[in-house]
Amino acid sequence: MTNRVDHIVSSYDKELHILDSQIDRMAGLAESQLDTALKALAQKDNELASSVLISDQQLDDLQTQVEAQALRVLALRSPVADDLRRVVTALKIAGEIERIGDMAANCAKRALVLNQTSSLAPLHGLLVLGRTVQGRLKASFDAYRSMEIFAAQSVRDMDVDVDALYSSLFREILTYMMEDPRTITAGSHLLFLAKNLERIGDHATNIAEETIFLVTGKTLPADRPKGDTTTSE
Amino acid sequence: MDRSSVTFSRLANSAAFLILPVWTVLGILVAFNFLSFSAAVVSAVVLLLFMVGTLYFVLTEWLGVIRWARTLAQGANPNALKPRESIITTDPVAAVGVVWRAWQRERELLAGAVDWHLALFACLPDPLILLGDDRRVTNLNPAARQTFGKDIIGRDLSAVLRAPEVLEAADAVLSGTPTREIEFTQPVPVERTFLAQVLSLGIVAADGTKAVLTLHDITSVRRVEQMRADFVANASHELRTPLSTLLGFIETLRGPAHDDAEARDRFLAIMQDQASRMARLVQDLLSLSRIELNEHFLPQDKIDISALVNKAVEALHPLALNRRMKLVINVDSTVGQVMGQEDELIQVLQNLLDNALKYGREGTAVTIDVKYVSRLPAAAAHLKVGMTVLISVTDKSDGIAREHLPRLTERFYRVDPARSRSLGGTGLGLAIVKHIVNRHRGVLVVDSTPGEGSVFSVYLPLVSATNSNSPLSQSPPTHHLMGR
Repeated sequence: MTNRVDHIVSSYDKELHILDSQIDRMAGLAESQLDTALKALAQKDNELASSVLISDQQLDDLQTQVEAQALRVLALRSPVADDLRRVVTALKIAGEIERIGDMAANCAKRALVLNQTSSLAPLHGLLVLGRTVQGRLKASFDAYRSMEIFAAQSVRDMDVDVDALYSSLFREILTYMMEDPRTITAGSHLLFLAKNLERIGDHATNIAEETIFLVTGKTLPADRPKGDTTTSE
Repeated sequence: MDRSSVTFSRLANSAAFLILPVWTVLGILVAFNFLSFSAAVVSAVVLLLFMVGTLYFVLTEWLGVIRWARTLAQGANPNALKPRESIITTDPVAAVGVVWRAWQRERELLAGAVDWHLALFACLPDPLILLGDDRRVTNLNPAARQTFGKDIIGRDLSAVLRAPEVLEAADAVLSGTPTREIEFTQPVPVERTFLAQVLSLGIVAADGTKAVLTLHDITSVRRVEQMRADFVANASHELRTPLSTLLGFIETLRGPAHDDAEARDRFLAIMQDQASRMARLVQDLLSLSRIELNEHFLPQDKIDISALVNKAVEALHPLALNRRMKLVINVDSTVGQVMGQEDELIQVLQNLLDNALKYGREGTAVTIDVKYVSRLPAAAAHLKVGMTVLISVTDKSDGIAREHLPRLTERFYRVDPARSRSLGGTGLGLAIVKHIVNRHRGVLVVDSTPGEGSVFSVYLPLVSATNSNSPLSQSPPTHHLMGR
């Protein structure tokens, strides 16, 4: 773990520290939102789904706070090198987390609709996809917090798995819809849900890439390993 | 000016103070002619000299004692620099000595009490984190250090525990609420449920601590509840089909086919087949339940993998012979030991070998490799090259299409249901493997080329001198395949 050297002005450290803990809060909230949305789907619980929708506002508020704090630091301290990357990365990651929260809220919204219908078999695979994405999200946050490059790198590499899972699920849902047109409503919601989860996985990868930038100062090549074949068939 | 030295001004002051009354008396005597002037002067001078001499002696001794007492305050040994014995020094030195000894005794008692409390704090089994203002971590006990695996003193609690409920509870207690208790779940890498309690100390300690956070692992409790529900669901679902088949045949045998000997023989064979299938299924479900219950406890024994491979191969030899298949073993004998549970690891090997022998083409070979690797797959990011052993089972079969790979370890997931059932599969083999590998903090990776064959690879961490058993801190054994 890279050791941060303290600044001479301790209030500078304090401000950066506030930024860090705001991001941590957002991260925890986003993870919790995703978890609750998935639970709402698995247990057909409408209350849980509604609670996710209500809490989404918190994430937006937190993002505004992060922006305010980041601007403060930029304006008052004119950071350079490490510190500048730290502040800019925090800003970008706050944006990613806010979008993750939106996706989770969207999942919850669709869960409310899906819960009215009887569950299709692909729901099971969807929950597996959800679990995988949760794992990657946590890994990416942990890697960011501890600034470990190898952990971040492995998150990036695992994007292929999520894409493969997503493709398999996509095909399965299509099959169901083709066999029985009555399942098209539920099926299309499942498709969107799967897409949302896959997008959350992509955001987790973005966070991992930004962590690598934060630590090394280098941007990675644009072509991350991809495994999504749904648009090529 | 050194406060402890006998300076001229001190001497002069004290002498003057003491000699004045004497000189006054002498003066009065001279005034009343009881004493001649010259005699008075002489006695005055003599008395003065005598006085200065005595005073000098007294002051030196006295200041010596004071100097010595001051060194004691700074922690010096009382026997060093002890003033030499004299009528001036004996009593003060003794008195100071008494005070010093009393102070030392008090110190020892307090130090003993502190040590005792620290030892108590350190041996508490549940992780404990002490929090100061702004949720800053001021201290933590060894159990917490092991759980969170890193140095978090001075950092915000959110750097290690992100769950919003916990942060909220901590905030509430730090701003006045006496105590808060909440349950939270960490869904990945292994699902664990904790009961967190935040208690306010009521006072502010010397290091700024205002509240205490304790975590209690209640995963087992929740797991048992969940498992009971799951087991019922799974078992009834998978048992329903063979049971209804069985009932159907029984009905037929009691009815239409009552006297048909040929039908009877045929049906009874099928019924036996279905019944054994159910028995195998129940066996596997029970295995799986047991393994899942213990999944978050790290295994404790040191296991030699090569011995296990030999046992497993021996057990499956008959099946291999049956299909004219060869079992090829390549074991690197320099591979160390694994921290594991022997029965479970044998089960992993047997399940993988069983699959390879069932799905592999007749007459082909099944290879088992046990070796070190120079490169680890992405999913094994938490393992270290050189401290990891690879156990791989390779077969020549029809292979598995890519879209099935992520779901292979799902319970009852079958690529080809008809084939799987006819081969006597329960659909749980790989799920069992997955959970055991998970428990051993390893990774399962499946590679397959349709038309050629498959490779099932299990990466396990080896025993080292400094094995960090921090379940929470170890980053994901997000095994390559996830499934329930």
